[in-house]
Amino acid sequence: MKTVIHYIRSLFLLELFKGMSVTGRYLFRKKFTLNYPEEKAPVSPRFRGLHAQRRYPNGEERCIACKLCEAVCPANAITIEAAPREDGSRRTTRYDIDLFKCIFCGFCEESCPVDAIVETRLYEYHFEDTDKAAGNYIMTKEKLLAMGDKYEAQLAEDRAAQAKYR
Amino acid sequence: MMDFLIGIYESLPVWIQIILKIVVIMAPLMVLVAYYTYAERKIIGYMQIRLGPNRVGPKGWLQPIADAFKLMFKEIVLPTHADKTLFLIAPLLSIGPALAAWAVFPFDTGLVLSDINAGLLYLLAMTSIGVYGVIIAGWASNSKYAFLGSIRSAAQIVSYEIAMGFALVGVLVAAGSLNLGQIVEGQSGGFWHWYWLPLLPLFVIYFISGVAETNRAPFDVAEGESEIVAGFHVDYSGMAFAVFFLAEYANMILISALTALMFLGGWLSPFQGTFMESWFAWVPGIVWLVAKTFVFMFLFLWFRATFPRYRYDQIMRLGWKIFIPITIVWIFVAGAMQVYDIGPWYQ
Repeated sequence: MKTVIHYIRSLFLLELFKGMSVTGRYLFRKKFTLNYPEEKAPVSPRFRGLHAQRRYPNGEERCIACKLCEAVCPANAITIEAAPREDGSRRTTRYDIDLFKCIFCGFCEESCPVDAIVETRLYEYHFEDTDKAAGNYIMTKEKLLAMGDKYEAQLAEDRAAQAKYR
Repeated sequence: MMDFLIGIYESLPVWIQIILKIVVIMAPLMVLVAYYTYAERKIIGYMQIRLGPNRVGPKGWLQPIADAFKLMFKEIVLPTHADKTLFLIAPLLSIGPALAAWAVFPFDTGLVLSDINAGLLYLLAMTSIGVYGVIIAGWASNSKYAFLGSIRSAAQIVSYEIAMGFALVGVLVAAGSLNLGQIVEGQSGGFWHWYWLPLLPLFVIYFISGVAETNRAPFDVAEGESEIVAGFHVDYSGMAFAVFFLAEYANMILISALTALMFLGGWLSPFQGTFMESWFAWVPGIVWLVAKTFVFMFLFLWFRATFPRYRYDQIMRLGWKIFIPITIVWIFVAGAMQVYDIGPWYQ
């Protein structure tokens, strides 16, 4: 009896029709596609995009060259050199993030005691060449601070929104 | 105006008239092929909850044109160890029969390029010749992937040819003619007089074999990506590849049109013999034919979006151990119905 039922089911293509009814229904579903450059997916305040270094409101850079980020970085992407500034405070003379090494884990941001190194919401960027000498893919201290200056409003807002979870 | 044009047309030499007719058949067919690829990407996209191409032109309508231009300007790479002559002949061998088959295809009463009495035989012959393009392409490429793909695809086409041929024998028994026009005339009398009903198993088998013949999903082992890259046309690029592509889609359209012609009454109105017949009397027959063809063309895409690829031995089992026995049995049934005048189909 079982085999007879099996034969009938396969001869009348019942399972195939069932499958087609599924795809047939999906034909009229609302589509998930996002028309990317025109429409963008919402970005979380915790998003880990391109890096930046922040400053205090009075314009002083936050980074105190404690090198915690360099130590915690699982990809060894961060290189820091530090020296006393003219006023005697300890500051970085070099702060490089190699973006090819970076895995965007956000540990540097978490480890930072003064909220200096942060990751912005920016995910649309590119490098013009991979030449080491040109160093396009190295985020230097100047570039990081410039990024921080540019996105400070957004960065401060995101940090404020997440403050109670940190 | 119309008389004037007809006058000019009739004053032309016969061979120019024939070429004009061929152009009138081929030009819409080529446009249809181009937009069939677009429809395929759109419909399969929609079934997968995506949008499909929508960047080139409004809603992506210019996508097939862009694709055609891209392929035209791409280099045709000739592999070093390929047999150059055969390599370039193979695409022609696959598109030639796919287009030649339209010569006997009737679009309406008397609207046919060549009204020959052995139309059905000619069609079977033409669709079979297409397999040579595949075999020669695989052989000439001198690559193991192409060769394996062509062997798979050739074996599959040859196996399903038999089931397809038997299915057509059923039509032949019912219509009592090999002339495609007469086959359609034999179905006149309305929806319930078409051959899909008395020949239902043959109808289903014919269409499924047609899907297998054209190497379409779920029978597309010839291009099993995970095993043999793209099958017989791995080594083809540019226009040579485009011609294979064209042939595949032209064949799909042909199979759809033939199914509509032989089992769904071709250009006959589905309302024939009902009270609605007069309401639709103004619709030209070719519209019904095209509408029926589109249904099957849509089915091709629906299958591709739904079914996973068959395993090779399952394909062979389906073709030889299921389709062929069923068709043989149903030919006897059709013959018996013919002899004992059962139903309105056999007079």
